[in-house]
Amino acid sequence: MRNPNLKRLRRTMMFLNCQKPNLIKDPYIYKPDSIMLDLEDAVAENQKDAARYSLYHALKEIDYHGVERVVRINGLATPHWQEDVRVCVAGGADVIRISKTETAEDVHRVEAAVEAAEKEFEVPVGRTLLMAALESAKGVMNAYEICNSSERLFGIALSGGDYSKDLQTVITGTGVEFAGARQSMIVAARAAGKQCFDTVFTNLDDMEGFAKEVLMIKQMGFDGKSIINPRQIETVHRIFTPSEKEIIFAEKVVREIDEKRAKGIGVFTVDGKMIDIAFYDGSKRTLSLAKAAGVYEGEL
Amino acid sequence: MKNQVGREIPDELLKQYGKKVFSGSFVRSEDTYQKTGPCVHNYIDPTQSKMVSSIHEALVKCKIHDGMVLSFHHHFRDGDKIVNMVMEEVAKMGVKDITICASSLGSAHDPVAKLIEDGVVTGIQTSGVRGKIGEAISHGKLKNPAIIRSHGGRVRAIEEGDVHIDIAFIGAPTSDEYGNARGVGGKSDCGVLSYAMVDAKYADRVVVVTDCMVPFPNYPASISMTDVDYVCKVDCIGDPNKIVSNAVRMTKDVRELNMAHYCTQLIAESPYFKDGFSFQTGAGGASLAVNTMLRPIMEEKNIHMSFAIGGITKPICDLLEAGLVRNIVDAQDFDLGSIESLKNDANHYEISTSAYANPMNKGAFVNRLDFVILGALEVDVNFNVNVVTGSNGVLRGAPGGHPDTAAGSKCSIMVAPLIRGRIPTVCDQVVTVVTPGEDVDIVVTDYGIAINPRRQDLIEAYKDSNLPFCTIEELRDKAYAIVGTPEQVQFKDKVVGILEARDGSILDVIREVKPFEFKD
Amino acid sequence: MDIKKSAIAGTLESSDAQVTVEPGNGKIDFSLDSTVIHQFGNQIRATVLETLKRLGVSNVKITVVDRGALDCTLKARVECAVFRANDQTENLPWGGAIK
Repeated sequence: MRNPNLKRLRRTMMFLNCQKPNLIKDPYIYKPDSIMLDLEDAVAENQKDAARYSLYHALKEIDYHGVERVVRINGLATPHWQEDVRVCVAGGADVIRISKTETAEDVHRVEAAVEAAEKEFEVPVGRTLLMAALESAKGVMNAYEICNSSERLFGIALSGGDYSKDLQTVITGTGVEFAGARQSMIVAARAAGKQCFDTVFTNLDDMEGFAKEVLMIKQMGFDGKSIINPRQIETVHRIFTPSEKEIIFAEKVVREIDEKRAKGIGVFTVDGKMIDIAFYDGSKRTLSLAKAAGVYEGEL
Repeated sequence: MKNQVGREIPDELLKQYGKKVFSGSFVRSEDTYQKTGPCVHNYIDPTQSKMVSSIHEALVKCKIHDGMVLSFHHHFRDGDKIVNMVMEEVAKMGVKDITICASSLGSAHDPVAKLIEDGVVTGIQTSGVRGKIGEAISHGKLKNPAIIRSHGGRVRAIEEGDVHIDIAFIGAPTSDEYGNARGVGGKSDCGVLSYAMVDAKYADRVVVVTDCMVPFPNYPASISMTDVDYVCKVDCIGDPNKIVSNAVRMTKDVRELNMAHYCTQLIAESPYFKDGFSFQTGAGGASLAVNTMLRPIMEEKNIHMSFAIGGITKPICDLLEAGLVRNIVDAQDFDLGSIESLKNDANHYEISTSAYANPMNKGAFVNRLDFVILGALEVDVNFNVNVVTGSNGVLRGAPGGHPDTAAGSKCSIMVAPLIRGRIPTVCDQVVTVVTPGEDVDIVVTDYGIAINPRRQDLIEAYKDSNLPFCTIEELRDKAYAIVGTPEQVQFKDKVVGILEARDGSILDVIREVKPFEFKD
Repeated sequence: MDIKKSAIAGTLESSDAQVTVEPGNGKIDFSLDSTVIHQFGNQIRATVLETLKRLGVSNVKITVVDRGALDCTLKARVECAVFRANDQTENLPWGGAIK
């Protein structure tokens, strides 16, 4: 069965250190679309084990009120990732985020471990979704093959810190160092029918710069952004909220396509604009964004 | 005997203090009473000087002896040096059995805890206790039960004669040699001297203590020469850095901002939000943020505030300057910006604590309040609020103006996160009732908003609102679902503190803390 | 499980608990310091003892310094300390003894 969560709305994915009980106890109060419980960089090397117990009980016992629970596991070059996969699957994580992904083979290795764990812990096979973080030039070059590597994989995310180092540059705040990666990744993701997420913006006091960046990645086609603090959520959700005009248009498009398709008509006009089936997915997405933002209550 | 908020008040305590149990916030509305007055030592002789060279000399001239009541104000907050300066001298002189009647006491006064153990201090009456004094009281070290009153309740108690002050020590940033004292100027600028005004009027002896003498007449005076016996110049009355903040910082915490947003919407959508409304603000994170969030709504709807009151900070002064607030009535200043505004803005007034909140005078500002936003340590399902005892049962807080503004205002809003650590804010029963539920209208948490069912008018007014309303029981259930159901704090039987309602009746008692014992 | 050596897990941050296990003398020796002891002392003890039982630990000196941790955190810290005392970090019994 195709996992119904593959295409869910993911505007904001908020990083939380698994090792901090105070952070993981009720982040749903901020209403992010997803939380990303981190076993990797946020957790010190000698606390990797401790973070797993916290993660397990958080997944099992805390009601996250429908917020998607993504877990970032340690990289494939570390001794930690297999046990990370086991605890994620046993705890019932919705998504495993693979760090430092460079090839389709990386995804396959994790997928095999996930499937083994699903069998071990009697979790329905296919329940645990995957996403891949691309953190190197090689990863970005292989974005398309990574996107196509697995049925479970719903998308790719840029991880800017390591990526900028790999390019032998620094994060400038202008976005110039990420221009190529962002462009390549969104194209690859869309070509493969997958989602694409932008990297974090670390200067919490520059809300104006943050808003600019969010607007830019939205216009580039990204589905959402990783965030590091609840302060950033409102901005992303506001920018990703369609305007009234967009909603009305999207609603018309969806209705017309449903109707015309039944009659076998392929191309027609809405508000004087040429419309065909290619508009359908985008319009559907506009409506689900509007619904999530609470500005649309229609049935489409 | 059980009182109206369900608290068991020991009968012998009622007899000993000649008090009634609390039976409603406004039951004394038909009462009359005779005000008490001080014993006055006149200055008919124009050649007499009021200047004394030391606290010691002041105490000698005021004939300090065992069993006296000394009063202090807390405008210097954590920077206060007066209480310790005076009490140290009192102890040195071998005097015992002193009652401290303060508008508030904080951790700056930790040395007093030792004097409690030594029997120098045997009584404490205050509108706030923190630090080691609170611990000493809660551990049963103080001979007589401490009496905790609201700011308005303290003024009432003094005016009705429940407590008679023998000597009032009034720290003042500036004074002339005849005792005209002001809250502004000098090295220890605190803005206003509101809390000390009643002390000056009702104490037998009034000693102004200052570190900045100014030429006569120091006018307009907060404390008048007509009430002052002695003026004592000392080196330093306070630590300016702890008296006021340079600038209060606007919170960036999203949880707090969300709650502030709820409060702002509650105000904006309420029937009382119209031109001429009034508002009490404070220095708390959410309360400050509301100030800022209200501004664009007031501008858009062309609504002006008739007066803002309370602990004043710069953000509300900015609204005054912008013309959105017509008057500020000031009973305490929290930052440099508010003091500057007091000095420079003709519509920013210093008021007495009686004018602020006294329930038994002929009308206080709190009665004219539309909105107040207040914090809470705990709120129970009957809307009773605790702001004085911590989760370990120890005294560590201040009613301040909480019960006064809640009772006086048309719409009192409590703001608190639903959970702190593992302690649920909304619970079955608060440890100590400080503000009775009948005066609490709305509880705002990060998990939802509950309106007191007594306020059906408000429930009706918000029926089309998009705010996340629920019942107080639902809030409690949400909290308990996360943290578990808490057990009650364990206490010994001994009463160590009396929580007086505004009208002087007994709202609750505080008992001696007991080490925790496991059930078995 | 045996407690082969002393081990510690958790921190003294708000909402966390620091759990120390040491080899015992034939029984469970439990001690608790908590900021919420009045409200949750009994519940904390029950959670810790249940967790030890699930792990099959009956001979241990366990010290909990609690700063308002929820049950899920208490369990995680106890389990972590016990497995550290056994030097086990892989192939853990998720959903079995850890529950």
